[in-house]
Amino acid sequence: MKNIKRIFMLGLIMVLGLLATGCGSKKPTLNVYNWGDYMEPSVIKDFEKEFNVKVNYNTFATNEDMYVSLKKGGTSYDVAFPSDYMIERMINEDMLEKLDKNNIPNLKNIEERFLDLEYDPNNEYSVPYLWGTFGILYNKNMVDEEVDSWDILWDEKYSKKILMLDSQRDSIAVALKKLGYSMNSRDTKELEEAKGELIKQKPLVYAYVGDEVKDMMVAEDAALAVVWSGDAEAGIWENENLAYAIPKEGTNLWFDCMVIPKTSKNKELAEEFINFVLRPEIAVRNTEYIGYSTPNYKAKELLPEHIVNSKIAYPTDEEMGDVEIFKDPKDIIKIYDEIWLEIKTQR
Amino acid sequence: MKMRWGAYPYILWIAIFIVVPLGLILLYSLTTSDIGIRNLELTITNFKKFLDPRYLDVLWRSIELALKSTVICLALGYPMAMIIARENIRKRNVLILLFVIPMWMNFLLRTYAWLTLLGKNGFINYIITKLGFGPLNLIYNDGAVLLGMVYNFLPFMVLPIYSVLIKIEKSLIEAAEDLGASRLEVFTRIIFPLSIPGIVTGITMVFMPAVSTFVISRLLGGGQYMLIGNLIEQQFLGTGDWHFGSAMSIIMMVFILIAMAITSKFEGDKEGGGGLW
Amino acid sequence: MVEKGFKKIYTFLIFLFLYAPIIVLVVFSFNNSKSRGVWNGFTFKWYVELFRNDEILRALYYTVVIAILSSIISTVIGTFAAIGIYGMPGIRRKVILNLNYLPVLNPDIVTGVSLMTLFRFMKLEPGFVTMLLSHITFSIPYVILSILPKLKQMNKHLAEAAMDLGATPFYAIRKVVIPEILPGIITGALIAFTLSIDDFVISFFNQGAGVSNLSITIFSMARRGINPVINALSTLMFVSLLILLLIINNRSAKSIGERGDII
Repeated sequence: MKNIKRIFMLGLIMVLGLLATGCGSKKPTLNVYNWGDYMEPSVIKDFEKEFNVKVNYNTFATNEDMYVSLKKGGTSYDVAFPSDYMIERMINEDMLEKLDKNNIPNLKNIEERFLDLEYDPNNEYSVPYLWGTFGILYNKNMVDEEVDSWDILWDEKYSKKILMLDSQRDSIAVALKKLGYSMNSRDTKELEEAKGELIKQKPLVYAYVGDEVKDMMVAEDAALAVVWSGDAEAGIWENENLAYAIPKEGTNLWFDCMVIPKTSKNKELAEEFINFVLRPEIAVRNTEYIGYSTPNYKAKELLPEHIVNSKIAYPTDEEMGDVEIFKDPKDIIKIYDEIWLEIKTQR
Repeated sequence: MKMRWGAYPYILWIAIFIVVPLGLILLYSLTTSDIGIRNLELTITNFKKFLDPRYLDVLWRSIELALKSTVICLALGYPMAMIIARENIRKRNVLILLFVIPMWMNFLLRTYAWLTLLGKNGFINYIITKLGFGPLNLIYNDGAVLLGMVYNFLPFMVLPIYSVLIKIEKSLIEAAEDLGASRLEVFTRIIFPLSIPGIVTGITMVFMPAVSTFVISRLLGGGQYMLIGNLIEQQFLGTGDWHFGSAMSIIMMVFILIAMAITSKFEGDKEGGGGLW
Repeated sequence: MVEKGFKKIYTFLIFLFLYAPIIVLVVFSFNNSKSRGVWNGFTFKWYVELFRNDEILRALYYTVVIAILSSIISTVIGTFAAIGIYGMPGIRRKVILNLNYLPVLNPDIVTGVSLMTLFRFMKLEPGFVTMLLSHITFSIPYVILSILPKLKQMNKHLAEAAMDLGATPFYAIRKVVIPEILPGIITGALIAFTLSIDDFVISFFNQGAGVSNLSITIFSMARRGINPVINALSTLMFVSLLILLLIINNRSAKSIGERGDII
């Protein structure tokens, strides 16, 4: 009993002591809200040092998580990192501040082809941070034919050796593309067809997975998987038997960008931060750490040859083929839910 | 007894942090839009929507899975609690802490580690194939999900049972043995009945969260099916229909309450009832 | 004899089951590869990188602080509440107990989101306080749940007897009731601590101002793949806990009596 009391007291003192050290910072603060492990750790420290500010860094796992906490929570983040379709939604719901481009001169470092896109015409609200595609990662030893179409994922030869993403949006997009429709289709007939395809495919699917897809392909648990380009690069690096292909029907082009939510209390500092991240020497550190492609061409110049020449990380427009960016589904999301529910409740 | 004053601070706490949020959820479940909330247009559309066979299938599956894992936890956990409780004081303190420490490692990490162990080319299959047997299909099936759930909830079953077992008066057991009771009789007629409060707590602490879990089925089940936890999360985050999501939570809560009511029938002693009817 | 053998084997198997994933984590913290699937050589680099990663270290700090604070506070509130509730007459007790269980019944997302809404309404900016309050909220029911069986087990006339002999209610609680229910209190505190360390959803919706916890950091890596630095961190945490356990055990060996139970 006595010992327990002692431990309690010790714990309490430790905690209070730690708390005391954590308090009292009178510097201006910047609240950043990003994906997990999505910025090279020392970049933040360097920003703090150079601008003599404190950066509060919080993380989220999905766009939807981020959206709910921004919309319904009492937070005041200054910079956030949503993806394309989420930016579209946030603009429509008036959740973002317009950027003062005079404060972000480094915007010119971004490749032309990645500016002024549908989700944010003229880049009034967002600045691209990282980009990529998605496609099929396959094991050359287990798949001896050419991989150039989404329909290989429906091939019975590979039954139980196929991995699909456990994400309704991405999987429905794959089915739609296979059928030759737009991945942003709002046509109920087309969506019904996509549902049919996915239900047909279910018995052949080994599992619907998240990020573990990389590890599974590297461990050779499956022959084919739908992955993002950055993960494909990482996987191939670990296991030379793997290869990546962008199917001819077309695929998704995605962007993660920096935005300033309306709840920000420090817009100018936020713009400083965005400008800082756009510096070539900073952008190159981020892209090398994270392993996803940078839209910053000045940073690209600083990258080693073998990465820049990679068709996976930096495909030309031709190599990418027919790409689409996700749009905000709005009310169609209910149909997506239904489709996904049907697929998941198939026994 | 003046002791009841101790409860008043907590009652205040409950009022703010439990009742108010619950009221919010109830309000959401009975309306279909933000305007509906402001004008208090109550409706049961959300509840009716749930009566679709697919949703009911999801609910049933979740409850079935939770029941199975609770039973397995009880079957595995009770003997474990007994074994530890029988040891001498020093040893059992160490054992019980050793039992809990794995729980302090992040749950997602430990579940990922099971992927490494159970995978087609994972560690267990590696050993098995080295021994000459064919690789087993240990993952992405119901068995793997059950294993993950038992793994996660076992300590919550063991701890309450253990804390009750160690305080069972040794003299009672000795007296029974003196009067000629066999080992089995001592167990069934003395130890087991006296440990029931601990068992009920254990079942409560396992079954309730088990129904709303979904991470384990997603990772170890290969996302092959949906559980009610997935559905609710999807409604709150993806679809943004907090009304339907709240209705689903309420339905789930009602089912759990019914299940717990049945369990507490076994408690017998109404005087010291632990709530839940 | 056979029975002793069975007991040993059973215990061994269960502990193996519990520790298998931990062993995997420890082994892979030395893996010279980001992959969780294959082994690529031995290295310490993740440990080195860990100490350069401010975000993770800060998350660790908050995780531990909030876990300790919330378990202590919820245990204190919960103990007095349990004793108080136990002393209440029928209907009132049933109502309060059932209300008490709501956070346990609710899926995490519902608790997390409703607390977030409540805090917003109270104009409380998300940060340390909101995270702490939400942890306390979901811990107290478990504390009460752990203490109740012990209260039921206790001879309820003990406290009355003490007061008859002249003790004030507070003294009776301190010297009679609490020692009787101590195993339940400690179980409750342990469970509260465990829940707090591992919580993701509720903490996620109540985070802010740079206050995060390890679970949030880890779950947020779900899209990218878990940085092996986390494995290194987990290994260090695990080893420190084991050492702590050994120290506690050695110290209590000196003052062991009938009441030497940690729990």
